[in-house]
Amino acid sequence: MAIPKVCGIETEYGIVVRGGDSNPVTASSLLINAYVNATSRKVGWDFEDETPANDARGFNLDDVFSPEIETSLVNAVLPNGARYYVDHAHPEISNPETTDAAEAVRWDRAADEIVRASMVHARDLLPDGAELVIYKNNSDGKGNSYGCHENYLIARETPFGRIVSQVTPHFVTRQVFCGAGKVGCEQPGRDPADVPFQLSQRADFFEEEVGLETTLKRPIVNTRDEPHCDPQKYRRLHVIVGDANMSEVATYLKVGTTAIVLAMIEDNELGDEWLLASPVPAIRQVSHDPTLQRAILLRDGRRATAIEIQFGLLERARKYEQTHGLAAVGEDVGRDVLARWEEALTGLERDPASMAHWVDWVAKHRLVEGFAARHDLQPGSAKLKAIDLQYHDMRPERCLALRAGLEPLVDPADARMAMTEPPTTTRAYFRGKCLQKFPNEVVAANWDSLVFDIGRDPLRRVPMMEPLRGTAQHVASLIDESATAAELLERLGT
Amino acid sequence: MAERTHKQKPTTERSDEVVEEAAPARSESGEKLKGELDDLLDEIDEVLESNAEDFVKSYVQKGGQ
Repeated sequence: MAIPKVCGIETEYGIVVRGGDSNPVTASSLLINAYVNATSRKVGWDFEDETPANDARGFNLDDVFSPEIETSLVNAVLPNGARYYVDHAHPEISNPETTDAAEAVRWDRAADEIVRASMVHARDLLPDGAELVIYKNNSDGKGNSYGCHENYLIARETPFGRIVSQVTPHFVTRQVFCGAGKVGCEQPGRDPADVPFQLSQRADFFEEEVGLETTLKRPIVNTRDEPHCDPQKYRRLHVIVGDANMSEVATYLKVGTTAIVLAMIEDNELGDEWLLASPVPAIRQVSHDPTLQRAILLRDGRRATAIEIQFGLLERARKYEQTHGLAAVGEDVGRDVLARWEEALTGLERDPASMAHWVDWVAKHRLVEGFAARHDLQPGSAKLKAIDLQYHDMRPERCLALRAGLEPLVDPADARMAMTEPPTTTRAYFRGKCLQKFPNEVVAANWDSLVFDIGRDPLRRVPMMEPLRGTAQHVASLIDESATAAELLERLGT
Repeated sequence: MAERTHKQKPTTERSDEVVEEAAPARSESGEKLKGELDDLLDEIDEVLESNAEDFVKSYVQKGGQ
């Protein structure tokens, strides 16, 4: 039987300095440090002696903060078990490990709130009129892309070749419900005028079927083999092909359907029925077709639309539910994902516009088309691209996604709590709770270990090679009952 | 949803269902949707970046992963 699909999302956000000019690495560092400094007592960087220049017209953060500071604290572990750091000139939050799509979307929402809080805290440090603005998107419209990655735990013995061939049809076609939408086209060599609007932020940037790259010649299936857990038993499938979603239901479906597809592949229950003839052209073709009508060529010579392929995968998943159950993805969540998956596909097939409350690209398309009609704008108008970008603006007072009528899934109070509380069902619990209770003794944290300094040499490393150990069930009372980190380590027998 | 039976040819089945249920509800909900969209567009008129040209031009990111 498939192993539990432990999963998590990591998002690189777009960042803009308004009322100023700055290196994005510095800006990202300031953003993260502003949050960590305001919310955690562990971090020692003190802003008080800094005096940002008061020229709101053209200050430069690089003049304000010295290089040592800029690189000193840009890699934080948060008490909810997430990692918040600067990656490739973007602020990035890697969410804590979760066991199902409902948890994954809850901590993804928490990450949104962390970013929003970070912008507010950063504002306090900047001159009047200056602010850092964060965008949860994946492209600047000028050929530069940054990722929103998913990670799924897979049994090491699953043949990697099978994973690659069988998960690809899902990655190429799932964008019908989890594409975030884009005004224009960035595919090299393609006239943007041919594609006024497309389903996905990312599809234009994929050039290979499979490979190790993440920043150029991006592959649909990424082969990075860095399990962050016992490599004899597990693989972490690092999925780079997706968009960052503003819609909570879209995030939920993206993770939920992918987890089910991977469980089926692991149990060898998916089969080769939907293998594609040419995945790279297909992923773009699907993205470039908001009518959802164009068929793509399958390896066996048949043609099918993305919706038909998705219905085919759903049908397999229904059979899988009957024969194997959905324990690997969480029974209740799995059943709900199947129901919503069907509802999404049925709605999209009937009339894509009917899914504007769930599907980001549909919601965005509606705004763009409506705005163009009202103001008599032609494709290519900067205002339409501005709507695209501002859909992802994380400032509540500016964010268009928050106004687009998207159905919420996560209780706002649960999202707020998840900013500081780890999931209870994975090792993230141990990581987060140790950081909360022993912030001075935890000197380093990573996905698969915690390092303690309890005042005696040497430092003590607690390995966490099993993603499903260190849960609340395993260690809550142990942590509660330990007055000191030394006592905890003693009880753990390390 | 869980009790939905599986048909050999799901696509054809679904298209039949759709024709029956969707037609009468459409115009009413269509009006409602249009009203909502109008309100939404009013709001966008208010909050959209005032100089769209500059905003779009200056939105430049370094490539990431």
